[in-house]
Amino acid sequence: MSALELRHVSKLYGSGPTEVHALRGVDLTVDRGELVAIMGPSGSGKSTLLTIAGSLEEATSGQVLVDGVDLTEVSRSDRARMRRRSIGYVFQDFNLLPGLTAVENAALPLELDGVRAKAARATGLEAMEELDVADRADRYPDELSGGERQRVAIARAIVGERGLLLADEPTGALDSVNGEAVMRLLRAATKRGVAGVVVTHEAQLASWADRVVFLRDGQIVDQTVAPPGPESLLAAGDRR
Amino acid sequence: MSVPHALLALVSDGPKFGLQLQNEFEARTGEVWPLNVGQVYTTLQRLERDELVETDDSEGDRSRKRYRITSAGDRELADWLRTPPDLVPPPRDELVIKVLVALQVPGTDVHEILQVHRRHVIEVMQRYTQAKAAADEDNTALALVVDAELFRLEAIVRWLDAADVRLKQRPRLEPVEAADMPFESTQEMEVSQ
Repeated sequence: MSALELRHVSKLYGSGPTEVHALRGVDLTVDRGELVAIMGPSGSGKSTLLTIAGSLEEATSGQVLVDGVDLTEVSRSDRARMRRRSIGYVFQDFNLLPGLTAVENAALPLELDGVRAKAARATGLEAMEELDVADRADRYPDELSGGERQRVAIARAIVGERGLLLADEPTGALDSVNGEAVMRLLRAATKRGVAGVVVTHEAQLASWADRVVFLRDGQIVDQTVAPPGPESLLAAGDRR
Repeated sequence: MSVPHALLALVSDGPKFGLQLQNEFEARTGEVWPLNVGQVYTTLQRLERDELVETDDSEGDRSRKRYRITSAGDRELADWLRTPPDLVPPPRDELVIKVLVALQVPGTDVHEILQVHRRHVIEVMQRYTQAKAAADEDNTALALVVDAELFRLEAIVRWLDAADVRLKQRPRLEPVEAADMPFESTQEMEVSQ
């Protein structure tokens, strides 16, 4: 069972002359352990694809399956529960709540899901440990460095049993070295068994993914094939 | 990559054997640029001839010689470090030519051509990034070498992206006038290739 499966997903905004086809019959499957990058020019439907995959928005037609559950078939409240339990989001500017400590931020999705504060904190701490930032648990976001804030935001996205991690331009305005650190963390999270989808317009960030999917005018037009591994570069170097 | 200057740099902190230089060169370039030992000795010989390095003993087995930088070698190295590399691109970039030619070929979807190249470049970038991901995070030398390749390749992707946008915005397909092209005619272009 794949963590995410989009089947013939289309999204239409407006109607009549103002109709816009944001997505047209998109098929995409992402398995646990896999990091997929979505690239495409502005207006190609990248962000729409991500919000539909995360059930923050509904498809006009087609099916969206998260952990085998068809989000288009279940009730609104079940969908909301999936959102809280199965899906993690990383946003461009990290969106940590300033009035909550780092661990309260990381544990927030659990608390929203009704997990008691103490248990939520313990699970939040586990996620922070995975990201090597547990010693910052009781600091507030404005007491954290940019790098620490990124880690807390990613901890929040993987906290608990979340199997799907969605990130929209997650490196924001970070310089390339710190942007790379975010991609390393996302990649490490997926290697631990989460399915990751990252929307980016930067080729260097996309190159951290196992697979790069190219979107154009709401359609998947192409994707990379699995890279043969770094040793092939050494062979190329020999010929220089 | 200037192998002579890299070797000069490696002997600048003390005398070293040829084999040692080969190992250090590969380690410091993150093993992305392999260098065979024959190449090391040929280069050292030339450096010695030019009096940029010296050995204790000019006779005997090359593998037993230790190479040391001379003061002329120090000056050469300092000059080289500050000399800007040649930044002028090759006179005709092959990828640019392919895209220009694609515009002239009837029935060719230029966007599809651009995408083929975009995918290929990103696949190469994925391989470099894998090398970086597989290495220790504190392997700065490898990160620097790989970053240089990644930024170069990313520039190609950005050019492809810009080309996509430009071609989308261009006025609807009139047959391209010969005068609009940086070549006098397609005939001549074939000759120049």
